[in-house]
Amino acid sequence: MIYLDNSSTTRQYDQVTDLMADIARNHFGNPSSLHELGFDGSEILRKAASQLGSCFPTGGKVVITSCGTESDNMALMSGTRKLRRRGNKIIITAVEHPAVIQTAMRLREDGWDVAEIGVDKNGVADIDQLRDELDESTVLVSMMTVNNETGAIQPVKDACAMTRAFAEKHGQKILFHTDAVQAFGKIDLRREDFDLISISGHKFHGPKGIGALYIKKGIDIPPFITGGGQERGLRSGTENVPGIAGMGLAAEMSCGELEENNKKLSELNEYLYNGLSTEIKDIRLNGPSVTGTTLDEPGRRCPSVLNISFEGVRGEVILHTLEQDQIFVSTGSACHSNNAGDSHVLTAMGRSHKEIEGAVRFSFSHFNTIQEMDVVIRKTAEAVERFRRLGSFR
Amino acid sequence: MNLNSENSRLYIVRCGEVALKGMNKPYFERVLLERVRNAIACWDNDSHWNGGLMLVRISGDVPVDDAVRKLSKVFGVATVSPAISVEKDMDAIGEAAAAFVRDLRREDDIRTFKVKAKRADKSFPVQSPEIGAMVGGSILSGVPDIRVDVHEPDLKLFVDVRREAAYIYRDKIKGFGGLPLGTNGKGLILMSGGIDSPVAAFMMAKRGMRIEAIHFHSYPYTSKRAQRKVEDLCRVLAGYMGTITMHVINLLPIQEEIVKNCPEDETTILVRRFMMRIAEEVAKKTKNMMLITGEDLGQVASQTAEALVVTDSVVDMPVMRPLIAMDKVDIMDKAKEIGTYDLSIQPYEDCCTVFLPKHPVTKPKLDRIQKSESALDVEGLVKAAVDSDEIVEIKPGEIV
Repeated sequence: MIYLDNSSTTRQYDQVTDLMADIARNHFGNPSSLHELGFDGSEILRKAASQLGSCFPTGGKVVITSCGTESDNMALMSGTRKLRRRGNKIIITAVEHPAVIQTAMRLREDGWDVAEIGVDKNGVADIDQLRDELDESTVLVSMMTVNNETGAIQPVKDACAMTRAFAEKHGQKILFHTDAVQAFGKIDLRREDFDLISISGHKFHGPKGIGALYIKKGIDIPPFITGGGQERGLRSGTENVPGIAGMGLAAEMSCGELEENNKKLSELNEYLYNGLSTEIKDIRLNGPSVTGTTLDEPGRRCPSVLNISFEGVRGEVILHTLEQDQIFVSTGSACHSNNAGDSHVLTAMGRSHKEIEGAVRFSFSHFNTIQEMDVVIRKTAEAVERFRRLGSFR
Repeated sequence: MNLNSENSRLYIVRCGEVALKGMNKPYFERVLLERVRNAIACWDNDSHWNGGLMLVRISGDVPVDDAVRKLSKVFGVATVSPAISVEKDMDAIGEAAAAFVRDLRREDDIRTFKVKAKRADKSFPVQSPEIGAMVGGSILSGVPDIRVDVHEPDLKLFVDVRREAAYIYRDKIKGFGGLPLGTNGKGLILMSGGIDSPVAAFMMAKRGMRIEAIHFHSYPYTSKRAQRKVEDLCRVLAGYMGTITMHVINLLPIQEEIVKNCPEDETTILVRRFMMRIAEEVAKKTKNMMLITGEDLGQVASQTAEALVVTDSVVDMPVMRPLIAMDKVDIMDKAKEIGTYDLSIQPYEDCCTVFLPKHPVTKPKLDRIQKSESALDVEGLVKAAVDSDEIVEIKPGEIV
């Protein structure tokens, strides 16, 4: 199996799987129970909290959620809740994950003014549009760190600074949220100034069904899910102890190996791109051409993603052809007879329906190898060649 | 003999046309009884024919709605009535009827009623009109605040006095009718995954025909999820007609040849002809007597009268098209009724929409189509496709 769909989900670290199995078998107590087994559980949570905490700026809180989507929901819904009296506007970008876009649409139904800032042809948010949109009614800005379809690193650092400056000048309070689901474990977030950061365990070799929302020191938002008061009252519900421990360990491991992993991802990414562009004519890269690994390089591309449109072939046909050789990738659009399945990200970048239909996303992890890329280049070239020939009769 | 034991319920099952079948009647009745027994095999039951009625007694705490749903789904069943049986004694019948009405009133607001009595057992000393009057009297005295209304009663109560016992019931819940499954040969349905073909399969099965299915896909142009959808459709159908054998064939090699060698506007009709040829070969091998399609006259380019003539001409086997004269909305209603509609509208590409020509011919001419086909190794392609047949057995079950 050659797994190149790491932006969808990743293979869990074996150490994470072992740890979770051990906890499920031997340390299954409810952390809220007063007895020793319960205490055992709460100690596991403490350790995970410290592992996660060390990946974020110091002093903040890391609230455990059930997934990245819940973290985004909480950021937007709870983040805006107390600020309603101060204003009624939030700003997002056109290329956010549906977890942000759909939640923003829900706020719009509730009377909020939602502004969407556009992106350039590489899928990078236009910071000038943010400047235009910031006004005295704005209470929250949400801009993702790295886009999940193109890998484009967004100008979050500048956007956050701009938001801060505006807020200060007008004596206003504006929360800055970033969905770092794709960035976490690849981009160092420890020195950033964001108020709220969403992450998801399974995107960095942790388990599925677990996520977190980092809340900066001094920021106070109400809970999104209420109940028994777990997570310091910020997220009720009996803790998913194995999941939290697994995410903690995965965070520690991937943030610990961040630099060497990025080096490997960049090599794989460039190797595959060079190979494909040598072997196959008429391809178009969707996203910035140069890779980068820090937030000081907005407008570059996170090396975990390579999104390419193959002219004249449908991405889904390539996907299903590659899967026969146990090569797993993703597409830029769902293969419907109608146009409704087109990616909103590629559409926002101004790509045509044909280009979107032909888009394939390869996304890497440090488990991949250069040898695998050779196979992928060969198999992709064969598939594109076969179906282009067939398409040329039409 | 107490027929109304505490922990069992009686259902009267009536057949429609089965009763009309003259000399073959015993055969149809035997098959229908077997189908009914199969349908409710999950419950402890005693089912048998009694005169022209089938009496089904189900033991245990089985909800009436569940039992009726299963029974009315059996092809050949015209109506089902949850009933009680009573000793053939006028006092006992009157008492039981009053109790039956009191019972019904717990659920429904019943203020007026009418009794319709029938005496199949002519040796019973009381005649039908008198039975009605006497039972009516018992109800009036045994049920508070109720009166008779012969024109528009809230409740029409049936009393049926037969040789072995008397039966009291209210509803006649309609079944699908038709004929018992397996009494009318076996046919092969071309299943696409759209709205029409499952309905066509259902309609033929309802007339007693056993159904096998053949599904064409164009993997990797179509996805495995699209095939899963067709399997799910068969799973719903299997709820009516038992396990369905589905033949799965990849049509892409043939489509590729057509695309490379034949005029674009004829693609669809050429592909249809191959489907029919392959289906006929598979049908012959599997003892299916005829082909069934969900075609509907004029619905799409390949279903015009001219196109149907051209597709039909490649097979010798009869091709059944039960939907041919139906309107699309009626087919959709039928699909909703049998529970396939929501699955059918899931948006997956099927093989018919791959390589869809921009302007398909709507009035193909047989000689021109044959000429286009002469560029292909028709026999070889059909044989290769038939040889690649993958068989999937689909059992009835819930769709998750």
